This record gives sequence, structure tokens and C-alpha cells, in this order.
Amino acid sequence: MCLATLGATKYFGNVNGVLTIDSSIVRAIVAHARRDHPDEACGVVAGPLGTDVPARHIPMDNAARSMTFYEFDSMEHLRVWREMDDNDEEPVVIYHSHTATEAYPSRTDVSFAGEPNAHYLLVSTREPDSDEIRSFRIVDGVVTEEEVNIVDATVKS
Amino acid sequence: MAIEVRVPTILRNYTGGAKIVEGAGDTLSGLIDDLDAKHNGIKGRLITAEGGLHRFVNIYVNDEDVRFLGALEAKLNDGDSITILPAVAGGALGFAAAAALLGR
Repeated sequence: MCLATLGATKYFGNVNGVLTIDSSIVRAIVAHARRDHPDEACGVVAGPLGTDVPARHIPMDNAARSMTFYEFDSMEHLRVWREMDDNDEEPVVIYHSHTATEAYPSRTDVSFAGEPNAHYLLVSTREPDSDEIRSFRIVDGVVTEEEVNIVDATVKS
Repeated sequence: MAIEVRVPTILRNYTGGAKIVEGAGDTLSGLIDDLDAKHNGIKGRLITAEGGLHRFVNIYVNDEDVRFLGALEAKLNDGDSITILPAVAGGALGFAAAAALLGR
């Protein structure tokens, strides 16, 4: 199942269980996941504080270099989080790929989810020809799926 | 001895919403005790029941990961800046295996 839909352009910003994200960023995330396949890929999309708009794609190293586990390198993590702080940005999206299973948070994902304001985007690359992209809020161990509203920057104003 | 501590969103319910708090201590362990006295309960989110650093957080002294500085025994000095970040990790692997892999 793929919940990603081409959304109406008026939805800019995210409220009530929708991740609105630019198609070029989604393409870059999927490309990153395909490039690192069969290892899991991970990264962040930063956005201006309080806007809930994912604007700046930051692919991160998977320090675990594993097909079933990902972990940000602790020093890269600090550097990127400081950079966001300096730019008045926050991690709007935290993404990773599952390379042999569905794009749904595992127990491990839920246990580690420590950014209650972030959209947790999962990409499954198990099918070579189709991408499964789903987004979730993970707060206090509770997973809530949300719609992914993919918009096109060329018509967004 | 004043040490600045940057608190992540997920732990700000212990600090009344404050993003930066001050603490004191000669070691990370001492600092965490001091923080817990001021922000009751925060220690339990940083240190496990067994007394080790929690696998779900990364703690940095200035620009260094404390795991490379002696973890809880890391020496602190006046003016140091501590950053706490929730570890970003996960994946399809089962939780027990993931924890073992992290060695935390």
C-alpha cells in the first residue's frame, strides 16, 4: 500500500496528521535509499522552526552499515543538529529505509524514536520497481500513521 | 561551577520547557545528580537501572561524545557545554539484537 498522493497545492505546512513534502525531496530520499540498498539508509529533512515544512534534505551516514539497522554517526549527528540550531531549523522529517520489509516502524524504531515533533518517514526498497513511502508520528511509544502529501515546488507559491 | 546543559525537546518536560539549564559537577555522573536534584526524574532518562549511560541518548562534552571521554566518569570543567541528543537509530532488526549490536 502506498499512501503517498499528489496533493493540492494549497496545503503548505502540516496539520492534523499530514506530512506535506516537496516531490524533489521525496525523489532525493528515495534515490538515497536505492543507492544504499541493501543497507538501510537514513537522514533528516530540516525546516524552519515551527513551520513544519521540510525544506533542506540532509542525507546522513548509517554508522551501522547494516541491512537491518541504522544509527546516525554520533559526531555527524551533533554537527547537523548544531547547524540546524544555528539556522533556526528543526528536524521536520527523520527518514530511514527498510530494505526487505514493509515501510512500517519496527519495535526498534519505536523504542528509539526520540523526536516527538518529527515526522518519521519510512521508505521500503524491497520491491525493485516500486517505492513504498509512509510517514508516522511516534510519541511515547505510540505510532500514528499520517498521510503523505507530495507537492510540486514548481507550482507551490 | 557552572556548566551549560542543552536539553532536547523530549526531556524538556523535566526542565519546565527550558532548552538550556545550568548544572554543576566534577564529572558527568556528578552533573547528572545535580540536574536530577533540580529537575526531578531526568536522571532516569539518562542512566539505566544498572547505572550505565542509557542507549537512547548521546551526551557530548563540548564537541566530544562522552563515550570517548570515560562516559559517566568524564571530567568536567567550569564553562563546559553539555549537549544531550536522543540517539537516532532503528531499523528492521529486532530490538534485543539492535541493543546488543550497539553494545550499550
